[in-house]
Amino acid sequence: MTQPPDETASLRLALAHVSKSFPGVKANQDISFGVRPGEIHALLGENGAGKSTLVKIIYGVQRADEGEIRWDGHPVEIPSPKAARKLGIGMVFQHFSLFDGMTVLENIALGLDEKVPAEELKRRIKAILDSYSLPLDPDREVHTLSVGERQRIEIVRCLLQKPKLLIMDEPTSVLTPQEVERLFDTLRQIAAEGCSILYISHKLHEIKALCSAATILRAGRVVATCDPRTESTRRMAELMIGAELKSIERPAGTGEARRARLVVSGLNMPGEPPFGTDLKTIGFTAYAGEILGIAGVAGNGQAELLLALSGERRTASNDAVKLDGQALGHADAGRRRAAGLACVPEERNGHAAVPDFSLADNVVLTARHRLPLAPSGLIRQGAVDAYAREVIQRFDVRTTGPAALAGALSGGNLQKFIMGREIGQNPEVLVVEQPTWGVDAGAAAAIRQALVDLAARGSAIVVISQDLDELLELADRLCVINEGRLSEARPVAGLKLEEIGLLMGGVHGEAVAADHAHA
Amino acid sequence: MTSVILVSIFMTLAAAATPILLAGLGELVTEKAGVLNLGVEGMMLCGAVTGFAVAYSSGSVTLGLVAAAVAGLLAAMIFALLTLGLGSNQVATGLALTIFGIGVSSLFGAGYVGRTIQRLGPLFPADYAAHPWLRLVFGHDALVYLSLLLVLAVSLFLRRTRAGLILRAVGENAESAHAIGYRVLAIRAAATGFGGALAGLGGAYFSLALTPMWADRLTAGRGWIALALVVFAAWKPGRLLLGAYLFGAVATFELQAKAAGINWVAPEVLAMTPYLATIVVLTMMSLGTRTGGRNAPACLGKPFPAP
Repeated sequence: MTQPPDETASLRLALAHVSKSFPGVKANQDISFGVRPGEIHALLGENGAGKSTLVKIIYGVQRADEGEIRWDGHPVEIPSPKAARKLGIGMVFQHFSLFDGMTVLENIALGLDEKVPAEELKRRIKAILDSYSLPLDPDREVHTLSVGERQRIEIVRCLLQKPKLLIMDEPTSVLTPQEVERLFDTLRQIAAEGCSILYISHKLHEIKALCSAATILRAGRVVATCDPRTESTRRMAELMIGAELKSIERPAGTGEARRARLVVSGLNMPGEPPFGTDLKTIGFTAYAGEILGIAGVAGNGQAELLLALSGERRTASNDAVKLDGQALGHADAGRRRAAGLACVPEERNGHAAVPDFSLADNVVLTARHRLPLAPSGLIRQGAVDAYAREVIQRFDVRTTGPAALAGALSGGNLQKFIMGREIGQNPEVLVVEQPTWGVDAGAAAAIRQALVDLAARGSAIVVISQDLDELLELADRLCVINEGRLSEARPVAGLKLEEIGLLMGGVHGEAVAADHAHA
Repeated sequence: MTSVILVSIFMTLAAAATPILLAGLGELVTEKAGVLNLGVEGMMLCGAVTGFAVAYSSGSVTLGLVAAAVAGLLAAMIFALLTLGLGSNQVATGLALTIFGIGVSSLFGAGYVGRTIQRLGPLFPADYAAHPWLRLVFGHDALVYLSLLLVLAVSLFLRRTRAGLILRAVGENAESAHAIGYRVLAIRAAATGFGGALAGLGGAYFSLALTPMWADRLTAGRGWIALALVVFAAWKPGRLLLGAYLFGAVATFELQAKAAGINWVAPEVLAMTPYLATIVVLTMMSLGTRTGGRNAPACLGKPFPAP
């Protein structure tokens, strides 16, 4: 895999025989690859393949045990992120390094090494926001922003530094198709100006559309390099997971007539001040055996809708949420779970799971209503551990066992565990937000298959997601949430991507950006 | 005549507020960096005894104040070494530091019990008999002015400077601050040291300005009040000033009530009032969690790197 010396000299970044071990794990073994100036280079791999460790080494967060890094042909040491930025390396992290209690402006200022007066910085941020048509208010506090908006902060933060190598860790997961296109145009423009881009994503068609080279990692080693423009997505996915990729199989329908299971009607709910979105007369029906998709750009009421369905916030009218005819609008989360309405929120750590609890304890928290885990108030540890082990095995969660802390799992692994925990309870209705956010291709396929199978057994499933491809693959019917209003559900068959994109507020978003430009 | 009495009441008020304002301000900065140092009382006592000993032997109150700040700083460095360097539990270590401070001040103060020194006088000594109200503006000692200036300085530092922004970032999300490339432990140690120095000064205010003689456990739990005030102030220096002077008012009321010979309440009950007021205020604060709880530094008391 070693690059010949004459070629190494012309590379922006070259890694040679880089290895990194943690106690018990060899995260990277003998990794060599190079990125040319102006090249958009994909780094592909499953969760735990060592991509994160590798980019952390390049960005100076961690140090390699062995190997050499060359920058513009010269061997360099990158002892810290600051040193990386000094070389001209910028990074958009998958787990955002943001400060919740601070404003967007303050967050960006923290990531800059040069001292820029606040007003000047604001002006430069506005210029970048305008030129890339990214809606973002520099004075808002981060804890009020959605995941999508938070990601924009990271992107802007990097662009401000005019980097020579930009590392993008799964940057498109929460963007609308229009926004993805715009981001790609931006990235292509940045690359055309000579900046290299190291692009990490598990969305293979994106890599095909954007990247001109790809390095594929598996279990800490480079297994292949290829040109994604000519390689098939299926072949790349198989290289990545080291096995044949399974397509989603849709079992034959149960044949029973359309039976309404979850009926939501006239759901009004004010958003949490100061920045929550009001839900405005939301109504939809989820039928037995179907998957209903709810698309929308982050921050349009998805979080509020999930809280209203899960019972964390109760509706004014008891009849606003009905499960199999039973009014549950006034019921708390526990009663709804007992009745069979299970919800998986977007935020894994701290909402869907308690990070400092073991996986087994996290099982008890939501599964005790449906499974006999604590029938008389005393926890049956044997049953709990058995269920946790079953989930770990069935969903291929990479962990040491039921005693592992939830917070110690990587995002994708924890998501697999949480989805498995809910699906295994056979809920009557399952509402999930962003079921495969940050999860790699193989695991995402497994989660989607499990959702399809659950629906086939007669449950109704509501998937709230910003990933349109996922919704188009999964859902039978699709509706769009925009500014707290829900569009009518339409069958997915025959829907065009552009149509949905427009419903999601692409036009609206552009109008807002134009207003900014004129202001 | 009444104006003279009123002015003297206000002077007492400022004197009662200043030590807890100093100690509270230091703790505020420490906590903004994510370090919960419950050893304020101990650091104050270290400052109090060192300040008194140095002032007594050198005859210079100024030298005593400097020594007090250094003593507080050193005590805080013990805390920093244990919690930041060795990763010990911040709550337990803070409590131990308080006990340590009480013990050390008793030990080294034993020889000074009952001795007196020349107390810290007003910064602008003058005869204010003709214009008693002027004394309100110009009649305070240096530490009163210093504490007010520090409120302004800390407030500006935290809100307007890059260094202050970084300090808040370390308290808000140490992992992220580290990922960006800031030296979390060094910043936390510096903030802890600043907190210790101000606690030392606050302690010395008791032994050098309020009661210019040494007595055991001179600070009488004021360090705990300072800790509570930081929460009351929602980690905002301006509100800390308000809180400290409110506390000063309650403490002054207690003194005045005793002096006025009010005997329908037990003196013990009067002596309780500042502490009762603290509890009442804190309870009210936590009822309004929207303003109180949300402003707390997100990483307060959490060790870095996470175990």
